[in-house]
Amino acid sequence: MTTTPESLLPLPPATFHILVALADEDRHGYAIMQDVTARTGGELTLGAGTLYRSIQRMLEQGFIVEVRARQSTPLINDERRRYYRITPFGRSVARAETRRLAQMLKLARASGFAPGKA
Amino acid sequence: MRAYRALLHLYPASFRGEYGEEMAAIFRHRLRDADGPFAWLALWIGVAGETIVNALAVHWDIFRQDLQYAARTLTRARGFAATAILIVALGVGANTAAFSLTDFVLFRPLPFPDANRLVTLWERTLGYGRLQLSPANYHDWRLAATSFERVGAYTTVSKNFVGNGEPERLEGAFVTADLFPALGVSAALGRTYSAGQDFRILPNGTDGEDAILVLGDPLWRRAFGADTEIIGRTVVLSERPFTVIGVMPPAFSFPTRKAEFWIPYAVTPGDYADRGNNYLYGIGRLKPGVTLSSARIEMSVVAARSRQQYPKENEGIDVTVNAFRDELSQQSRTMVLALSGAALCVLLIVCANLANLLLARALARRQELAVRTAMGAGRERLVRQLATESLVLAALGGALGVLVAVLVVPLLWQLVPANLPTSATPGLDLRVLGFAAVLTLVTALAFGLAPLVTTTRRGADADVRGLREGARAIGGHKERLRGVLVIVEVLASVVLLITTGLLVRALWTIQARDPGFRPDGILTMRTALPMPRYARTAARTAFYTRVLDEVRAIPGVSGAAYISFLPMVVPGGIWGVGLPGRPAERRDQATASMRFVTPGFFSSLKIPLRRGRDVSELDTMTTQMVAVVSESFVKRYFPDDEGIGHTFTFGFTDRSIVGVVADIRVRGLERSSEPQVYVPYRQQPDSSFVGYTPKDLVVTASTPLEQLAPAVRGIIGKADPRLPVSDVRPMTDIIDAETASRSVQVRVLAGFAFVAFLLAAIGIHGVLSFAVSQRTPEIGVRIALGAQRGDILGMVLKQGVALVGAGLLPGLALAYFAGRTLQTLLAGVTPADLPTFGAVIGLTLLMALGGTLLPTLRALRIDPIKAIRAE
Repeated sequence: MTTTPESLLPLPPATFHILVALADEDRHGYAIMQDVTARTGGELTLGAGTLYRSIQRMLEQGFIVEVRARQSTPLINDERRRYYRITPFGRSVARAETRRLAQMLKLARASGFAPGKA
Repeated sequence: MRAYRALLHLYPASFRGEYGEEMAAIFRHRLRDADGPFAWLALWIGVAGETIVNALAVHWDIFRQDLQYAARTLTRARGFAATAILIVALGVGANTAAFSLTDFVLFRPLPFPDANRLVTLWERTLGYGRLQLSPANYHDWRLAATSFERVGAYTTVSKNFVGNGEPERLEGAFVTADLFPALGVSAALGRTYSAGQDFRILPNGTDGEDAILVLGDPLWRRAFGADTEIIGRTVVLSERPFTVIGVMPPAFSFPTRKAEFWIPYAVTPGDYADRGNNYLYGIGRLKPGVTLSSARIEMSVVAARSRQQYPKENEGIDVTVNAFRDELSQQSRTMVLALSGAALCVLLIVCANLANLLLARALARRQELAVRTAMGAGRERLVRQLATESLVLAALGGALGVLVAVLVVPLLWQLVPANLPTSATPGLDLRVLGFAAVLTLVTALAFGLAPLVTTTRRGADADVRGLREGARAIGGHKERLRGVLVIVEVLASVVLLITTGLLVRALWTIQARDPGFRPDGILTMRTALPMPRYARTAARTAFYTRVLDEVRAIPGVSGAAYISFLPMVVPGGIWGVGLPGRPAERRDQATASMRFVTPGFFSSLKIPLRRGRDVSELDTMTTQMVAVVSESFVKRYFPDDEGIGHTFTFGFTDRSIVGVVADIRVRGLERSSEPQVYVPYRQQPDSSFVGYTPKDLVVTASTPLEQLAPAVRGIIGKADPRLPVSDVRPMTDIIDAETASRSVQVRVLAGFAFVAFLLAAIGIHGVLSFAVSQRTPEIGVRIALGAQRGDILGMVLKQGVALVGAGLLPGLALAYFAGRTLQTLLAGVTPADLPTFGAVIGLTLLMALGGTLLPTLRALRIDPIKAIRAE
């Protein structure tokens, strides 16, 4: 694939949140949702439709892959779950997006918008 | 939970299949977490909104993908795509054009307020059916009738106008004061005629029209630069000054779409006295709540009273009341419907052809589709993709078709006779665009669905087989479907060809009709002698003698004469014929047309003199009253005799027959004419039969007519400088005008038929070539086993002939019925016209041969070794 991570920026917010949620471990859909809600302090709750539409697109774009359920993860209600794992490409895309956001933040600070570090 | 699953159906099946379970599970969690009815309600509202938005987004994603895929595959199959798009464009274009015309002519309300209350009024007699109204009857009936809000009348007129450039001949109308109010229109600028007196009876001996004028919008813009100060200005028409009192709104045009000015109608006492002088067209506006049938009943009572009051003049005169909408003649109606039928035939063929194209393509893509199914593509996704592809083709074709229609409609508009009372031309509006869109969709479905059904119905098994066997598998079922499609194409094109053929034959029949005179080398022009200057017979005689003598002296001129009205130009002028022992009546067929002529008229037009003599300069008011009559006159009134010497009463005078000439077609080539009576011009009494005063000049010459015209104009100008000369044209133009609209119509139909024919041939070719390519191995084996070339040839030919034959036979039957519905247009050609049917059968066989030729040659060239090795 010749697509560079930069050419896909900016990422839709939902996509970025999902990537962040998958950064440290493989998760299934509901876990992603819960993680996003927890991380944002309840500010953002992804709807099921938005979640799976994003997942579908991210699978196509190669950001994530589907993996078999890890035995170490406790099963919730015995339901069969699909787990998603971030790919190296997904990581570099997430990193590129983070860089972009940091750059934006720097620019905003320089013009006196945002509060500086403590 | 069930509700949520139902909601999930908004997503495409593929997406639902993939993630539905997971989403349901998530929902279950959230439902459990929601405590209290408010949280529960909020959850549901949030979920419903989210589902709708995302479902649409997912659909859109898929559509975009399919679109890209379609664009890719179609660019790869560029030839196929171009053919398909062109064919759709042809079908949609032809039908959109035909529809916009049909809609405009037949279905749209007339451009007048409450147009369904407008009716036309006519006199009716047993002999001639519908006639215009005489001024006196119009006047009486208008006053007596109570069914109408308003009744007005008009008669057409044309005038010379010299604007900024070339002199032009304008068409317009004399209208009574109540006509505009009856139509429900008023001037855009200034006013129309004030009511009060509906029309004026001119003082005896004057011939002046009221010198006020209402202009049509096109004329106002063209000749006066849309000058808003025009009211009150003087405009000269045919050398007479008129004061402009009003300008009509843009779309208004009445009575024809060529009419551009209106002058108040006024009548001479002589005209008014003559109840047999019918030239007014009556228009009434029914009172609200009055129905057409009750108006008819009332008017027939009114007409009956007139019959009692004027037993002689109004004998047998009844009244006809028709809805204005129905005035468009039956012929134009049939023609517009025939056009639509032809367009539909073309569309049918187009759909069949496209279905064929796509079927062949679907067969060729079996492997591709099978591979994709094997790799996990759901059936729903494949169907969707193919449908998107058809839609893309149809949309592109439809857009191109609309473009075609935009170009074609103005051409087709020329076919509709000018008698539609509006100057607007059918444009591309929402209705027409909507129609085109629906048509495109229908086409897409019609041709796109058939292949879909056959490619997807057979299930995974067939797909796997397709993968395994590749293109060798012959879908017998598909083959049959394609055969049926070709049969439909042949059928439709046969119907179109025969219908066109019948109309061509009708056109030829009419063109071949002998008008009764020889139109070649004859120049005609009109010089209406103004009254009262020429009221006296002596004054007129002096004018005619001088002009005719000088014209005859021009080198190359072999004859010149004046007549009241040229044949085919003015058909009326009908009078009752009285025979000894039976008074003049207008009842039954006891009538004839009256024309005053100068000597030499018959020889100028090469109308054969059968017996007796021409009218002569010696036939004057002081000698015996005589007439020359047509053969049909003698046949009808003196059937046992040669006619010469008999006396009959005609126009209040007893006349004796001195000559018999051949019949001419006074009423044009398509209608039969009444017998003709020609009266010597010197026997037109002072101030009588003013409307019949000879005004049409015919000049027969061997020199080019364009060179002749200025010389004749000069002579008339010298004889009377104030006399306008108009309608200068060769007699052949008058004859051609008789068949002009018909020949254009036939040409358009022939265009449709040609397209249909071509498409059908392409269809046959497609099916047979495909069949041959499918059977290549089989044919190879046959050849290897010793089959002769002749056998192979016969095999392929037989298939072609069978297809064509199956379409031809029902096509012939259908065409016969189509011909029967067109009978009013056929001018006596029978719907079962043998030459036409023969020609079409021949053409169709030729088409079959043409379509079969290439595939057959290919079959013959099959090399058995290669064909079998390819296995």
